[in-house]
Amino acid sequence: MQEVAVDAELTFRDPARARALSARLEEEVHALGRDPVTVMHVCGSHEQAIARFGLRAAFPEGLDVIMGPGCPVCVTDVPEVDEAVALARSGIRVSTYGDMLRVRGTVQSLGDARADGAKVDVVYGVSQAVALAREIREPVVFFASGFETTAVATAAALLDDPPANFSVLSAHKYIPPVMEIVAEMPGAKVEGFLAAGHAATITGYGVFEPFVERHRMPVVVAGFEPLDVLAGLLELVRAIRSGVPKVVNTYPRCVTREGNRRAQELLWRVFRPIGGRWRGIAHVPNGNLRLRDDFADFDARRRFDIDVSSLWDYAPPKLVQKCQCGDIMAGIASPTDCELFGKECTSDAPVGACMVSSEGTCKIWLTYGGHPDLRNIRRRAS
Amino acid sequence: MCLGVPGRVVSIDGLVARVDFWGVQKDIRLDVVDQSVSPGDYVLNHVGYAIRRIPAEEAEQTLALYDELLRAEDQDLMSADVKSELEAAGGRRGR
Ligand code: SF4
Ligand code: SF4
Repeated sequence: MQEVAVDAELTFRDPARARALSARLEEEVHALGRDPVTVMHVCGSHEQAIARFGLRAAFPEGLDVIMGPGCPVCVTDVPEVDEAVALARSGIRVSTYGDMLRVRGTVQSLGDARADGAKVDVVYGVSQAVALAREIREPVVFFASGFETTAVATAAALLDDPPANFSVLSAHKYIPPVMEIVAEMPGAKVEGFLAAGHAATITGYGVFEPFVERHRMPVVVAGFEPLDVLAGLLELVRAIRSGVPKVVNTYPRCVTREGNRRAQELLWRVFRPIGGRWRGIAHVPNGNLRLRDDFADFDARRRFDIDVSSLWDYAPPKLVQKCQCGDIMAGIASPTDCELFGKECTSDAPVGACMVSSEGTCKIWLTYGGHPDLRNIRRRAS
Repeated sequence: MCLGVPGRVVSIDGLVARVDFWGVQKDIRLDVVDQSVSPGDYVLNHVGYAIRRIPAEEAEQTLALYDELLRAEDQDLMSADVKSELEAAGGRRGR
């Protein structure tokens, strides 16, 4: 496995270097001699960097960079939100990250439940929820979403002797298995993955080696500054062109092959992977993180009798049925393919999950002008 | 929720570090980070936990980038994220 030293002196935004990288990227795509090559990144922060710095304009014709299931808010499945909403409606205090408040389940979001009088708190992180539980006597359930980077924080909090009235409703997800699903999806055109630097800081890039073996597809770990993204894409196209599938680490200033061992140890001491649904992506074997038996006392699912059927008395909003979040996260539709985009569905009144978080594709597209990549949209439509 | 925000360690008490984020001080847990962290170091904070120490050669550029994000208008998602992370971090003002 090869490590590409991305010059530590790179100014992350140096336009001359960006132009040079983009020119090399164009050469590589051109040398591939076919059109188009499709790659996927699985991190909302990558999409933000691409949109914010106008990087799509620097991508050559013939390179399609699509966003996969990379936003933890977006992939939290409807039944998981339903569980949190049902719990809150039953009178239990639920605390969660701000983004999660507006994600709708079948019927309501936690924000809707709060408007109806449920006790829902926004916390900055799990430690704040633990502090809240220490302060008040009543049960506090932390609705925990996020990938491995965030799950580690939940794990650390549970290992640090939380009060008995604290528990966790885990909607945590683990990224590597979902890449398998996307790679095997019928009709998927993805030829390589740009993996997220922060998540790989925890897991190490070694975690992608079995995937590369199995799917004969390269994975490149990249950081989040504009030049990191361009350099990562350049290595990815090179790897595709070489025909030799491999893992390339273009973020060695943070990511090692082993990753953060201590973090992994905390993570797997508390969580076990189980199969389960991701919103829109279908069932992902080993893609969900649940609390191990040792932590049963802190597992809201075991502690409370969560009755989601109590929600069915409310009529589901009709608009939700038109939402195409699933296809967007699978990389087969663009936000503009959704008839609600920018009309019935906006960041002030999101219909689907992709419009909620600042890492959601629909919200990013709407904020940065709706058509960050006109060229590619047209090509996909034709 | 996902964005990691860098800050400078002011003091350390066991597994808790007091970290300065542009004048806002906040206690950050050190349970997860696998390098040794000392006052003066920069750490990447992810939902209240340091996930890594930022290498010295990177710290300056990272800070410059965040300085800029903090000045950018709210229309900009990344800067909005950084601002809301800092706001959420709350803590005590002032250096
Ligand atoms: S625009 Fe709204 S409704 Fe349509 S796919 Fe995106 S989030 Fe879903
Ligand atoms: S946790 Fe970090 S790596 Fe994972 S999606 Fe969020 S920003 Fe990307």
